[in-house]
Amino acid sequence: MRVWLSQDAAAKALGAEAVAAALRAVPGVELVRTGSRGMVWLEPLLEVEGPEGRLAFGAVAAEEVAELFSRGVPGAGHPRCLGPTEELPWMRRQLRLTFARCGVIAPLSLEDYSAAGGLVGLRRALGMAPEEVVAEVTASGLRGRGGAGFPTGVKWETVRGARADRKYVVCNADEGDSGTFADRMLMEGDPFCLIEGMAIAGLAVGAERGLVYLRSEYPDAIRMMRAAVGLARGAGVLGASVLGSGRAFDIEVRVGAGAYVCGEETSLLNSLEGKRPVVRAKPPLPALEGLFGRPTVVNNVITLASVPVVLARGAEVYAGLGLGRSRGTIPLQIAGNVQFGGLFEAGFGLTLSEIVDDIAGGTASGRPVKAVQVGGPLGAYFPRGQFDVRFGYEEYAERDGLIGHAGIVVFDDTVDMLEQARFAMEFCAVESCGKCTPCRIGSVRGVEVLDRIRAGDAQAVTLLRDLCETMTYGSLCALGGFTPYPVLSALTHFPQDFQRDRRAA
Amino acid sequence: MPVADPDDVLAETRAILAAHAGVEGALLPVLQAVQARFGHVPAAALPVIAGALGMSRAEVMGVVSFHHDFREVPAGRKVLRLCRAEACQAVGGRALEAHAMARLGIGWGETTADGAVTLEPVYCLGLCACGPAALVDGEVVGRLTAAAFDRLVSA
Repeated sequence: MRVWLSQDAAAKALGAEAVAAALRAVPGVELVRTGSRGMVWLEPLLEVEGPEGRLAFGAVAAEEVAELFSRGVPGAGHPRCLGPTEELPWMRRQLRLTFARCGVIAPLSLEDYSAAGGLVGLRRALGMAPEEVVAEVTASGLRGRGGAGFPTGVKWETVRGARADRKYVVCNADEGDSGTFADRMLMEGDPFCLIEGMAIAGLAVGAERGLVYLRSEYPDAIRMMRAAVGLARGAGVLGASVLGSGRAFDIEVRVGAGAYVCGEETSLLNSLEGKRPVVRAKPPLPALEGLFGRPTVVNNVITLASVPVVLARGAEVYAGLGLGRSRGTIPLQIAGNVQFGGLFEAGFGLTLSEIVDDIAGGTASGRPVKAVQVGGPLGAYFPRGQFDVRFGYEEYAERDGLIGHAGIVVFDDTVDMLEQARFAMEFCAVESCGKCTPCRIGSVRGVEVLDRIRAGDAQAVTLLRDLCETMTYGSLCALGGFTPYPVLSALTHFPQDFQRDRRAA
Repeated sequence: MPVADPDDVLAETRAILAAHAGVEGALLPVLQAVQARFGHVPAAALPVIAGALGMSRAEVMGVVSFHHDFREVPAGRKVLRLCRAEACQAVGGRALEAHAMARLGIGWGETTADGAVTLEPVYCLGLCACGPAALVDGEVVGRLTAAAFDRLVSA
């Protein structure tokens, strides 16, 4: 009998390896390791083959495995059975395009990948002229999922049109934002999807070399991506002749060394070149003078992994989903203090209330939600009064926030927003590359000013706002430039947390 | 890990450099290989690396000191990286940090006097829906509690 068990890092962190060991001891069990379906509260999620499809059991503890299989394969009538996985409310409500295969297939089986719709996009791209591929991506409305939201097709067209002896495709897999794990989940659960997306990008812009810059904090994703690249090369998906086309594209996986700022594209390029990864001033744009001074596509994992489905299904299908100028789907990562946390892919446009109250089921602690940080450590904190905001690049910008990489971190009413503002400044000070003064010095001063406010100096609030203005307008990149988002949103929406009694302090 | 013999450092660093000949932007992979071999980046390795890659020692040191991952001295026998980021804070991460430091009697980046445990901060492990999270000698741990932490450090 076939059973499926996730080997995603989140499942492993919750005991999946012990469950796997217990399953191997059950006679007749054929264990298939998959990525995660994204329902982290159900991990380790075990699925068994049933007439209704794959049946879900979760969260499963290693100690209950023997009992679970004591009368053969547990069926839909078993008290621990949650029903067919695809029919669970969390799954039914999603529109899984980029994550269609994640959690379903064995991540390192090219056969499974092809059988589940993989390589259709790449085959189609091989039959098209490069400018047609770029036009298709442009027409899909796909924008940078790393956070900047730049139209992917426009970036690719710049690189395609540039003349150089060689060009590069760089995948930014330095997913450092707290509350985000979509890149990790995709690389661990469907690595060939990223490889296919990078190959399509290479064909479209005329690059023969791709690099994945993967953070060292993701040891499982590193192993999976390296294995997948090797298998793809062995099968002729990568190499001197992509799928026998005579056109070359190959990928190398490079590992970061612990630096948040390397998620900024120019810092990342310096890191890949073996230099101290300080941010570069723009222009020149990396699309024209990127890695080693050559035209370079730098895209986030999810951006590149969304390209195969755009090519496979056509730009119109993708562009037909979403809200305003945010087209297609977005993998929301619901995290922090929530009842149901995990990855939820849907078209743009959900309100924050739908995401937090409905999909996430409120807090895990059972206490009221006080604040939700959207978009990572540089994203704004939203109070309940703002939960009507719809998920989209422009919609969040209008509320002095950002969607970033679509991480959503929920806090209950025990959170102290002054402490969160202070952490934002502290984090910026720890991770600043040091090239520009507003970020390098401003963040240190920010911690000091917040300490004064904490000690009861109400006058320092004016100073904090001034400092944030300097950082916003004077910083070279988003690290210093966006740190004011969490700080000012905390101050604006939760002023009571900044009113400290001098005697009590 | 004991401090490496300087002659070994030179010989093995040269071997690592030779294995990376022709790699574009080889410095980061070379430093990672050196650290994987010695558990830290020994000072004696820097001039050799600088010479081979056509860089100054200051440039190499600038890359080493920039990154959280590189150590200039060996770590303890067990390396515990505790996530300090917001998603883990939302589920008790700050209290766990305080517990960890009190239990071990050390601060961030420090090693216990007996060389058993090094405690390091990490800013997100992508385990944000099952925090507080940690990486213990490269293995992921989720929903970490104070009691589970105590078991980890005494194991």
